[in-house]
Amino acid sequence: MKGGLILSWLVIVLVLLWAVVPGVFTGYDPIAGVPAEKLQAPGAEHLFGTDAVGRDMFARVVHGAVHSLSGAFVAVAVGLVLGTLLGLLAGSAGGVLDAVVMRVVDVLLSVPGLLLALTVIILLGPGTVNVAIAVGIGSVAAFVRLSRSEVVRVRRTDYVEAAFGSGGRFPVVLWRHVLPNSLGPVIALAALQFGVAILAISTLGFLGYGAEPPTPEWGLLIAEGRNYLATSWWLTTLPGAVVVAVVLAASRISRSIAKEGP
Amino acid sequence: MTRYLLSRVGQAALVLWAAFTASYVLLQLLPGDSILIKFQNPELGLSPQQIAEIRAYYGAGDPPLLDYLNTLLGFLTGSFGYSIDTGSPVVERLAEALPETAKLASAAFVLAVLIAVLIAFAASYSRTSWLRGALLSVPSLFISVPAFWLGILLIQVFSFRLRLVPVIGGGELQQLILPVLTLAVPISAPIAQVLARGIDQVYAQPFVPVIAAKGATRWWILWRHVARNAVLPAMTVAGLTFGELIAGSVVTETVFGRGGIGRLTEQAVNAQDTPVMLAVVVLAAAVFVLVNLVVDVLFPVLDPRLKAAS
Repeated sequence: MKGGLILSWLVIVLVLLWAVVPGVFTGYDPIAGVPAEKLQAPGAEHLFGTDAVGRDMFARVVHGAVHSLSGAFVAVAVGLVLGTLLGLLAGSAGGVLDAVVMRVVDVLLSVPGLLLALTVIILLGPGTVNVAIAVGIGSVAAFVRLSRSEVVRVRRTDYVEAAFGSGGRFPVVLWRHVLPNSLGPVIALAALQFGVAILAISTLGFLGYGAEPPTPEWGLLIAEGRNYLATSWWLTTLPGAVVVAVVLAASRISRSIAKEGP
Repeated sequence: MTRYLLSRVGQAALVLWAAFTASYVLLQLLPGDSILIKFQNPELGLSPQQIAEIRAYYGAGDPPLLDYLNTLLGFLTGSFGYSIDTGSPVVERLAEALPETAKLASAAFVLAVLIAVLIAFAASYSRTSWLRGALLSVPSLFISVPAFWLGILLIQVFSFRLRLVPVIGGGELQQLILPVLTLAVPISAPIAQVLARGIDQVYAQPFVPVIAAKGATRWWILWRHVARNAVLPAMTVAGLTFGELIAGSVVTETVFGRGGIGRLTEQAVNAQDTPVMLAVVVLAAAVFVLVNLVVDVLFPVLDPRLKAAS
């Protein structure tokens, strides 16, 4: 394993731990601040500094991990399940169904992800879960395309022919042979989409469609820090740097999975 | 050729119609009635009869299929209905916002292509492997940076620290610099990646050592022979980024407080202004479909090998 890949896994594991046991990493409260300690620059006492009401920014970023990560998991799950099912269906059934599904994918791809997500948000209303679903729907097209092409590839192999030849029923062959052998690249895409989802969720949070303040969601943190740009650089810079690190790590891991298999 | 052209145009029209229909169905499914939300406010003091008249004005009472056909006909004839938020025709609001975004997006696209070409050329021209590796990892960094954060960072560094670009005021060009950079960076990444990969593939072809053996310089080989052959896949990707330009303008215009399509979108989402949102989505899809149609049609013109094949 290369250094970059190890670092990427470390980042992901660290952030996962932030989400599961935030108390281990910080003793400060993410919601209740100490007004006397407001707008302090980063230092030994407050690693990421404090915000305008004296809340420790590092505590807010650590406690915010659970919002961004769970949102990204939901988004990837929506995209993965819907996309893979549709791709499996289109790739194995072929014919008219295949053509219809692929045209739907063309339409989904013709509308940029953020606009698609915003349309879903108009429909469902704002909120953490709705944002995650909206982002997930935006990633369905990519999963359909990939899983379909994988299914079409695997279907042509000899062992699938043999499974049909030895009397395997269609759904059984699909489940036992086609699906497991198509999964590698799909998992690589899921890892990539995990990073993309974190990015998209923080963007929608920044625009104000996600969690409500004072929830320490990462995008919202950066939005709140905007009012102190001239004086307190750490309020926006440091949470953003965490987002960049997580997204970079996810894409690095995705590339290693794509190359070497899961 | 004519048949290829016709089938591509037909395909594009089909996708556009489907995008319109899908977003129409989605946005009409809206559980909350946005007209009622706006006008039922007791402070407005409207009688139920007046509200019914307003609903009729927006065509809210029509049967779904009739309303769909009316809206579709409207879109075909360039009338996109009325904004629920402001009551003004959607066309007017779009026309007002479009020039601003067109300026921003076109400048950002040009800059993105320049950045991409610079990265890909520098990477393939450099002989030191660590420099090459560093240059090739720049696009994945660009893709991983949240655009809104990048914009804020640029304001912080160039406006507040270095005081190079004024936050408020300044010439139009000065005001464009940071937003254009913000929008261009994430878009340059996929173009740079594909261009760099394409250049590598062309370098592996046997004609390159032949030209080198004939005495061509490295720069001449890269510019005259390799880049020309590597540019086609990069063009496809560049076409695909046009949708992202419109989506990116939502974030960029919000961060920099500019007017435009992105701002209009944000307002439409906040006010549940479905007619405006429908128009924006269809506009984005239309731009995407048109640009990719142009790219596809240009392909055989730029690469004679493809013409021979079709």
